[in-house]
Amino acid sequence: MTERVGVYVCHCGSNIAGQVDVEDLAKWAGEELEGVVVARDYKFMCSSLGQELIEEDIKNEGLTRVVVGACSPHLHEKTFRRACSNAGLNPYLCQMASLREQVSWVTTDKDLANTKARALISGAVHRVQLQEELEATEVPVNPNTLVVGAGIAGIQASLELADAGYQVYLVEREPSIGGHMAQFDKTFPTLDCAACILTPRMSDVGQHPNINLLSYSEVEEVSGYVGNFHARLRKKARYINEEDCTGCGICIEKCPKKVIDDIFEAGMGYRKAVYRPFPQAVPKFPVIDTENCIYFERGTCKACEKFCPTDAIDFEQKDTFLDIDVGNIILATGYDLFDARKIPQYGYGRLANVFTNLEFERLCNAAGPTEGKIVMRDGVTQPESVAIVHCVGSRDVRFNTHCSAVCCMAAMKFGHLVMEKTGAEVYSFYIDLRPNQKGYEEFYNRLLEEGMHFIRGRVAEVTDAARQPGEEGKLIVQAEDTLLGMQRRIPVDMVILMSGLESRSDAHDVAVKFGISCSMAGWFTERHPKLAPVATMTDGIFIAGTCQGPKDIPASVSQGAAASASVQAMITCGTVEIEPIVATIHEENCSGCRICNNLCPFNAIDFNEEKMVSVINQALCKGCGTCVAACPAQAISGAHFSNEQIFSEIEGLLFDVVSGNGSKAAEPAKDSVPA
Amino acid sequence: MNTETFEPKIVGFLCNWCSYRAADLAGTARIKYQPNVRIIRVMCSGRVDPTFVLKALALGADGVMIAGCHPGECHYLEQNYKAMRRFRMLQHTLRSFGVEEDRVRLQWASAAEGVQLAAAINDMIEKVRALGPLNWSGKYTENGEVEAAIERLAEEHAEAMEVPA
Repeated sequence: MTERVGVYVCHCGSNIAGQVDVEDLAKWAGEELEGVVVARDYKFMCSSLGQELIEEDIKNEGLTRVVVGACSPHLHEKTFRRACSNAGLNPYLCQMASLREQVSWVTTDKDLANTKARALISGAVHRVQLQEELEATEVPVNPNTLVVGAGIAGIQASLELADAGYQVYLVEREPSIGGHMAQFDKTFPTLDCAACILTPRMSDVGQHPNINLLSYSEVEEVSGYVGNFHARLRKKARYINEEDCTGCGICIEKCPKKVIDDIFEAGMGYRKAVYRPFPQAVPKFPVIDTENCIYFERGTCKACEKFCPTDAIDFEQKDTFLDIDVGNIILATGYDLFDARKIPQYGYGRLANVFTNLEFERLCNAAGPTEGKIVMRDGVTQPESVAIVHCVGSRDVRFNTHCSAVCCMAAMKFGHLVMEKTGAEVYSFYIDLRPNQKGYEEFYNRLLEEGMHFIRGRVAEVTDAARQPGEEGKLIVQAEDTLLGMQRRIPVDMVILMSGLESRSDAHDVAVKFGISCSMAGWFTERHPKLAPVATMTDGIFIAGTCQGPKDIPASVSQGAAASASVQAMITCGTVEIEPIVATIHEENCSGCRICNNLCPFNAIDFNEEKMVSVINQALCKGCGTCVAACPAQAISGAHFSNEQIFSEIEGLLFDVVSGNGSKAAEPAKDSVPA
Repeated sequence: MNTETFEPKIVGFLCNWCSYRAADLAGTARIKYQPNVRIIRVMCSGRVDPTFVLKALALGADGVMIAGCHPGECHYLEQNYKAMRRFRMLQHTLRSFGVEEDRVRLQWASAAEGVQLAAAINDMIEKVRALGPLNWSGKYTENGEVEAAIERLAEEHAEAMEVPA
């Protein structure tokens, strides 16, 4: 072996030295391990003096490889790589052994700790000699950004990017932007009207010269990599020509077909077959719903077309596609509500006066179907008593184990609105109350003073079967009051179920489409739960709002802003470094079997029909190495994790058994050993 | 075997994103586990070529642990499923070699599961300790055939997988 290896053992104060005999370890490495020319121990390798030690040795001793036995590489690999590169050594010729996390902190027996430390150092020394020089590649970052989902988080992200002067493509699958927030009446705990604070931001989006708003559109395909994504967007046919439409709304007025609005009005109100979800919709153009339009059903009608003053109706319109190039992507795809029908004992869908939280929002909303009057399903009677059931489908092992985070506060908001508008008694059935943000506890105290009843106990059932006098004609809510330690039956006129937040039903598909990961429950996974909450493991793709987990409006807005800031940092920097840990196919060994082609989830492997070999697009390759392991001809090599390197590391790790039985194991770099 | 108590040697292949971080966490949280496992970092459990496992056993390891992200949480989307499939095939092969099932283990450990990973390592070490040394390399050495045998294996494997032109 011709490499000159330097071994550096860190004391980490007493963190490592307290359990491992570091001096002896360094001495042993210097004497016993092949290739080691310098072996030192030092108090703190990560300090500037420790790094200088390495730099000096590289220059003076002519080291060609460096092994640092210290903490986990996740902590200081970058530090020591930088030290090497400062001294002119390629940073990928440095290897760390995790003596702290894997030895001193987890081992009780000192002798065994010493043996394990030797094994790890030996593994690293073996491996590092086969490591190769690698260069990180620099690619330019396209300054345009794609934001998917135009709820409050997506709106915030888009506006901040656009205000900073960057072009944004904002894609929303519904006809209007606004998301769930547009459906709400008031926002807790300040009780300002949701529309009053949201609609100005919506029109900002609609008018912003830097925002290319694509409503009623979806992302079809995404390819590319950080700084250089390509996306294909499907603009669904509105059957209304956006260039000609003035948004006057005559078509809506004249449309003879009325249908129940399941989406925006949550089934509480009606819309026409040509519709705008709500009056302040952005953009203002209506959409023809082909499932309900009389013309699409029977081939006659066209009332809208006859009355349209600008001839903007186009029944022949087709879906169009738009191909865009962007540097970064922000996903703000939001949440779905838990379907309260899944809990039949709460009676939703069976008992008329059981409402969901979203239905109640529409009921309360001055622009809603009852113009803000809180009435029962008959449309006239005001309730005299209302029960609010918390944690419907949340904190429930049968459905979702997570806490939906917003329902406690929303329930208090509902309680306030009911009491204010109807004077009814309000009973709130909770498991725990969690008013844990700024101003929330104060709002709870206010509700206590206003006389809302809080009963601690999960509701067992909601029934209309009267058992006691006073229960006739009422809905009876049965629960164990766990503070009083007794069963309670409370007869009420109206029940509101606080349905929990769930990930979007298609969250898994979206995660696959964008190449990010999501939890089993469908929430997108952040890069780090504390330190990188809006980045994902896929560079250039960020997440914001409730697609990452249940959260309220302030938190969603913060994340939108945070994602936008992260993207701006990338754009301002102009270029991005791509880790050189990628796989390469050696054409001469490739038999063209194509086994690897389908293994790659990033579609980085293409088949070259002419040469009949597979080819890896290095820009798309994320370096997982699955194809390397799968290639039957061993024609694929994985940079920094090659078979030789790993074989050699195994051999080093097993130094005591390999030499123990006298069989010096395989010479690593033989031709016959797989690449 | 001499009279010393048998300390099994286990090689662990831990994925960079979840399991290696779980090992980091076990360290940070000072969760003690037996020192018989020696860990190799790979980018993904999908990188673990079955030959790595065979090589480790052939070189003298008494057991091998492959650890990766939980299904559905793979950093590379789904490569741990590929590790899982490969592991099943490997188990089949190892059975035919007469290697006990408990010697090679596939373990899911998320970055938050330091305690679980440490417990799994301890559990595996105990099981392997109960099985006794594998001494595969010793057996080959007696025949003086370590190298040749390993090479032959690789060749046979390559031949078997050859796709006719």
